[in-house]
Formats: sequence, structure tokens, C-alpha cells
Amino acid sequence: MEILNLEGTEDTPKIILDKKNGIFEISGRSLPEDSAEFYRPVLEWIGKYGAEPNPTTDFVFKLEYFNTASSKLILDVLSALEDIKGMKILWYYHEDDEDMEEAGQEFSELVEIPFEFKTY
Amino acid sequence: MNFIYDLHRTMMSQKLILVYQGDFTQETTKSILAMAERNLDSSGEESSIKRKVFNVMVESLQNIVKHSDELVDGQTRSHAAIFLIGKETNRYSIMSGNPIRKVNVDKLKAALDKINSLDKEGLKDLYKEIIKNTTISEKGGAGLGFVDMARKSGAKLEFSFPEMNAEYCFFCLKVNVPREAGEN
Repeated sequence: MEILNLEGTEDTPKIILDKKNGIFEISGRSLPEDSAEFYRPVLEWIGKYGAEPNPTTDFVFKLEYFNTASSKLILDVLSALEDIKGMKILWYYHEDDEDMEEAGQEFSELVEIPFEFKTY
Repeated sequence: MNFIYDLHRTMMSQKLILVYQGDFTQETTKSILAMAERNLDSSGEESSIKRKVFNVMVESLQNIVKHSDELVDGQTRSHAAIFLIGKETNRYSIMSGNPIRKVNVDKLKAALDKINSLDKEGLKDLYKEIIKNTTISEKGGAGLGFVDMARKSGAKLEFSFPEMNAEYCFFCLKVNVPREAGEN
């Protein structure tokens, strides 16, 4: 399966989705002008991955900041991951970033996927 | 030319550290954020407060980009809006002003009044309710910006709608972010 690899910019996150090497990560800042457009390839990739996923998947979110339009798309990403067997979310937040910790907790209440919280 | 000095004195007395007036795009948003970030970094502001200020700034700036009504006055069309940051000893204030059609005022005012009537838990519930049910609008918004500003700042949103002319008001918004950590 093709690797999705997007370099991070000042307003978009770094994204690596690599089935073969088992790397699934969204990190950095997310405040794109058009969040739906930006996350479309991610949702498409997950759609294909869901058809033949690895036995287990650790999907990493390591976000420094995201805007509200991105939060809706992050929920869409999580909803797309929800039906994939063996899925686990690793939600990283900076150790003094209570808002990011709380955001992760709220997402975990909105979808039926196990979340593991980690600080960096 | 004295207006330059007058403007300078106003900025000093109002404790403004950044003022931008003009067209607002994603590019200007990024520039303003970068400037404000440098300012916060060089003043050694605490990272949790820096993040909250950044957060409110993004929502405020992107609101203007997405929602500011174009002002049509005869042959003149203008998107001009204003964005300001104030810094006092106990708080930052993120302020914005943009034209809004009078027909849109009541709906916006009702949304802001509702947000201001809610406590922390109420805002959290409203946020979750909107994010579950919303779809991204044609303008690219999720309808969550003001709720997020209220949650991140922990303060009531201050707003007013002074009249510009028969068709437009000027939507003024002020969001205060306390500088004492842990106040919320």
C-alpha cells in the first residue's frame, strides 16, 4: 500500500501513514485554510487501509495545536479509524498542556476506540 | 501629521502591542501569528498562556477571513477589518472588528449570548454537541470558534455592534486571556 507522507508546514501538520512499517502519525500544527480539503487524502488513505489493515494499529496524534475546523476533521479521522480492528490511539500532549490533554479526553468520549495518553 | 502621534498615544494608553488593519487572508493570518509569537517568546511569557493567546488569535483571525461581510458602499467594495492585541499586567486582550450586515446581527448576538450564559461544563457540552452534529460549512468553518474562545480564555466574550450605516454594523469582539496561570 502506498505511503502517505506530508511534510509539516507552519499551518499544516506532518503526516506519515505507512502500513508496511507500521507508522501512523499526525503531528505538529493544524490550522489550514481549508481543513476539509487538507484531510481528504488522509480519510481516503484510511478508507483503503481499513479494507486490509495490519493485525494491530497504533495511531499517533502528537499535536501541538489545532484550530476548531481541524478538530471537526480530527473527529472524522477518528470515526474512520473506529471500525478498524486492533486500533489504538496514542494521544500525546506536552506535559504542561492541559488543553491538549482535555481535547484528547473529549475525543475519546466521542468514539469507541481505546486511547492511551502520553506526555512529551 | 499629528494623527500619527495621536495614534501612537492611543496605542500606548490602550496597551496595544499589535494592530493590523486591512484585508485578512490565510497569509496575513500566518504573518500576524508569527509576529505575535515572536513577541510572546521574547517577553518570556509562560507557555500555557502563550498557547491560549495563540489559540484565541487563530479563531479570531480565521473568523474574520471566513465571515467578515464585504462592505459595499456605492462603487467601493471593502473587506477592511481590524485586529488588535493588548497586553496588561494581568491579561492579554485579543480584539477584532469587522463589518457585518445588519440582517446577520441578531443571529450572531444570540449565539454569543448563549455562550456567555454557560459555565465551563455547559461550554464543554455545547462543544461536543456541535462537533458531533456539524459539517464543515462552505466557508470552511465548524461553528465552534466562539465556543472555543470562551473555553480557552475562561472569560466571557465582550462584544458590541456599533452602527456603520443603514446596512452595516461593525462587529467588535474582545476576548481576555488572564496572565495568572491556573485561574480557570
